[in-house]
Amino acid sequence: MARVKIDNYAYANVPRLGFVGWLRWIWRQVTSMRVALILLILLALASIPGSVLPQWPQDAANTQGFIDENPFWGPLLDRLGFLDVFGSAWFTAIYLLLFASLIGCIIPRCLVYWRELRAPVPPAPTRLDRYEPVTASAPQGARVVMRNAEFALSPEVSPRSGERGGRQSRRLVHRPRLWRWFADYLIRVDERERRGDDADSELALSAHKGHVRELGNLIFHVSLVAILIAMATGSMLTYRGQALIVVGDTFTNAVVAYDSYESGALFSEDQLEPWTLTLDDFEAEFDLVGLPTEFTAYATLTEPGQEPRQVETQVNRPIQVEGAKIYLQGNGYAPVFTITDADGNVAFEGAVPFLPQDDVYTSTGVIKVPDVTSGEQLGFTATLLPTAVVDGDTAQSLHPSPANPVIYLQAYTGDLGLDDGVPQNVYELDESQLSPVRGDDGQPLVVEMQLGDTIELPDGLGTVTWEELPRFAAFDLRRDPTLPWLLGSAIAALVGLSMSLFAPRRRIWLVAPLKPHAGRKTTVVEAAAWAPAHDTAVREELERVLVAATGRLTEAAPTPEER
Amino acid sequence: MNAQELSWLALWGAVALYAIAMVASSIHLARVADAKVAAKTRAKAAVAAGGVADERPAPASALRAGSEPEVRVRSRAAGIAKSTTLVGAILNGIGVVARGIEAGHAPWSTMYEYTITGTFVAVVVFLIVQSRRDVSYLAPGVTGFATIALGIGMTVLYEASTGLRPALQSFWLVVHVSIAIIATGVLIVGAVATVLQLMRDYRDSGTAWLQRFRWIEAVPEPAKLEALAFRLHAVGFVLWTFTVMAGAVWAEHSWGRYWGWDPKEVWSFVIWVIYAAYLHARTTQGWAGRRSAVLALIGFVALIMNFTVVNIFFQGMHTYA
Ligand code: HEM
Repeated sequence: MARVKIDNYAYANVPRLGFVGWLRWIWRQVTSMRVALILLILLALASIPGSVLPQWPQDAANTQGFIDENPFWGPLLDRLGFLDVFGSAWFTAIYLLLFASLIGCIIPRCLVYWRELRAPVPPAPTRLDRYEPVTASAPQGARVVMRNAEFALSPEVSPRSGERGGRQSRRLVHRPRLWRWFADYLIRVDERERRGDDADSELALSAHKGHVRELGNLIFHVSLVAILIAMATGSMLTYRGQALIVVGDTFTNAVVAYDSYESGALFSEDQLEPWTLTLDDFEAEFDLVGLPTEFTAYATLTEPGQEPRQVETQVNRPIQVEGAKIYLQGNGYAPVFTITDADGNVAFEGAVPFLPQDDVYTSTGVIKVPDVTSGEQLGFTATLLPTAVVDGDTAQSLHPSPANPVIYLQAYTGDLGLDDGVPQNVYELDESQLSPVRGDDGQPLVVEMQLGDTIELPDGLGTVTWEELPRFAAFDLRRDPTLPWLLGSAIAALVGLSMSLFAPRRRIWLVAPLKPHAGRKTTVVEAAAWAPAHDTAVREELERVLVAATGRLTEAAPTPEER
Repeated sequence: MNAQELSWLALWGAVALYAIAMVASSIHLARVADAKVAAKTRAKAAVAAGGVADERPAPASALRAGSEPEVRVRSRAAGIAKSTTLVGAILNGIGVVARGIEAGHAPWSTMYEYTITGTFVAVVVFLIVQSRRDVSYLAPGVTGFATIALGIGMTVLYEASTGLRPALQSFWLVVHVSIAIIATGVLIVGAVATVLQLMRDYRDSGTAWLQRFRWIEAVPEPAKLEALAFRLHAVGFVLWTFTVMAGAVWAEHSWGRYWGWDPKEVWSFVIWVIYAAYLHARTTQGWAGRRSAVLALIGFVALIMNFTVVNIFFQGMHTYA
């Protein structure tokens, strides 16, 4: 015999279990309410580090910084999964166990429910004592009392249909609508022998409702499983990419055109539709203090085999294309430069996206010029101030609009490091093999440029011309064919939850002797009700039914205040 | 007087009235407690004297069997509490609406705006429940919370209104945020009921430091409070579920992903899971009662954390406020 803990405080001696017995025991534990509860609590606890510590998927730069700053804790936490909590083995284990528990829990409950739905209403208990019964006396006979009670419980039951016998058939005749049958009381009335009284028979009414509550609960839990399945399927069928388009440029939907691209295991790249998107214009509006009020991108979308069409998108209004959505994610400036090298040949020409660093669009960018005719490669780091105000030695931008755009440029010569085959970040200059171009004073040279300026680099290195200042828009593209399913499951979960929490589960019983006591003119009805503890209104309902059944409440009626 | 001044004055008025309501309702609660203790002592004395106190089943309570004597106390304090709470709520409402007019959009985009709206909702939820049944024992907790929250809002959190950022200009702002605030308001009242339930429960079972607080006698038995708290939590939980879902829809619309484990999303999820655990615990052997109540309170703490600590200290996409 083994001692097994069966409750918080109790132990039981149980026979030793065989292998199958153990499996069954484990399964029973996993699907028990207590384990489900503990798993829920664990799930909540396990999520918290995901908001406190930096996470790889959300913010890789910050996470790397955290690891570098904490040489002991950083790598340790990383190895234990704390820097990618929601992808970690332990988090996955918790929610998979929870869902195993959930499935193991709802399947039997669905079966029980199915049986319950078709089972007849059980008769009223022979003794109501356990349910705090109340009594009332009525001047009518028991049959009239019961018919009134039925009518009060369910107005769909016609009070005129008199016969008593075939309860089942009458329920079908008078309550044909499925939802009513579901939501209302199911009623039966039995004529049965009476115990411990001088009357020899009695009428016992038994009214049940509660199918909606349990149905809602099952819908809710099943929908949770559906949500999980939809999310898992979605992550396999999805693809998403980010692309940055300068005004006037055209983007073609292909993996190479994206700045970043990722897709689920079941999505292959040749499923991408080759549509094109031309960014015709981008409008950014700001208020006086520089807070953004509206961003609008105007574009031309050309889908294969279709006429090009004009589309317009704002931050909350994605463009729909071929089952995917294109979101406007960010924007900024992409100054256009022409750069000539020492030999006077054009070595670079084009727009360079600058990334905004703050609310006034102080933006930084990098120009890499690998293709010089002779000599060393050129590199530049630059800062753009859209509305520059110079105050002595410092300059800053006052507003995100390009009222007085100024670029501060710093030049480097050397090896850009592009030939190593390691993909480089286009927004960063690898300075390890570069040296800054110095001015006459020997300090690294910083050049100020206005729109349209051409500057000469020292030592005859070449020239830089700032031609134009167009804007760019950053787009995020995403396809996830399971979204409608996800939404559907979520709505079902919400509906199920509301049904489960707000639909009442009630039992009401009325019992009255068929032949009154010798010499008495009134029928004494005994009534009781049962509902979950939070449902305090069931007593009021019982009262209402009793009043309707007997025509009055013999006991002093409570004042409204006492309710 | 412009809308900004009106909002400001009305809200300070509401703070003052809530404070008065808190004091008055506490006084009332103490009276009720005295009366209840007196009634209990009388009943005990009658039993001790050997007299059969009252064998006839009390007819009025026949349909509402309760183990405690019903005590009715009328006090001036109760009247003051009622009227100040009501007027306070009206002023609070005026303050919110005037702020909305001043800002030119629904006033739900900064912590200050959440706070003034959230306290309003909590007090209104209390008034609604109060109009159905006597829950004056919740009044000190609710008005006390409202006084403090609104006071902090007016002094610490105040920010001049601004236009809305493009990312916030959406129908979903109205849906998602308003339901979140309403859920919070309901859960605040639920938490007050749960705190009282636990205090009463522990006092009844002899916890020493609670014996000093005689006013606890004025609140109903733990089982009744649990029933009330459950109904509030149930409503709050459904609203919170909706909030999370609407948030996901909105995130899908504007960020291109419905769920990204941003700190705010993590905490909304944590809150949801804790309250789900509470709902399960209520029906789990060994957990129903005290432990489930504690879970509900942990959920509430998480809710407040989500609004305060997470907003202020955690970087995420939600840091507009
Ligand atoms: C993903 C995990 C789960 C979540 C989020 C969840 C959520 C919920 C919620 C919110 C309720 C409240 C409805 C109500 O009180 O009527 C509920 C009820 C219920 N859950 Fe779950 N549940 C989960 C897993 C489970 C599991 C694994 C089981 C079985 C062991 C289970 C069994 C039940 C039962 C029996 C009820 C009805 C309680 C009652 O009202 O009597 N749930 N669940």
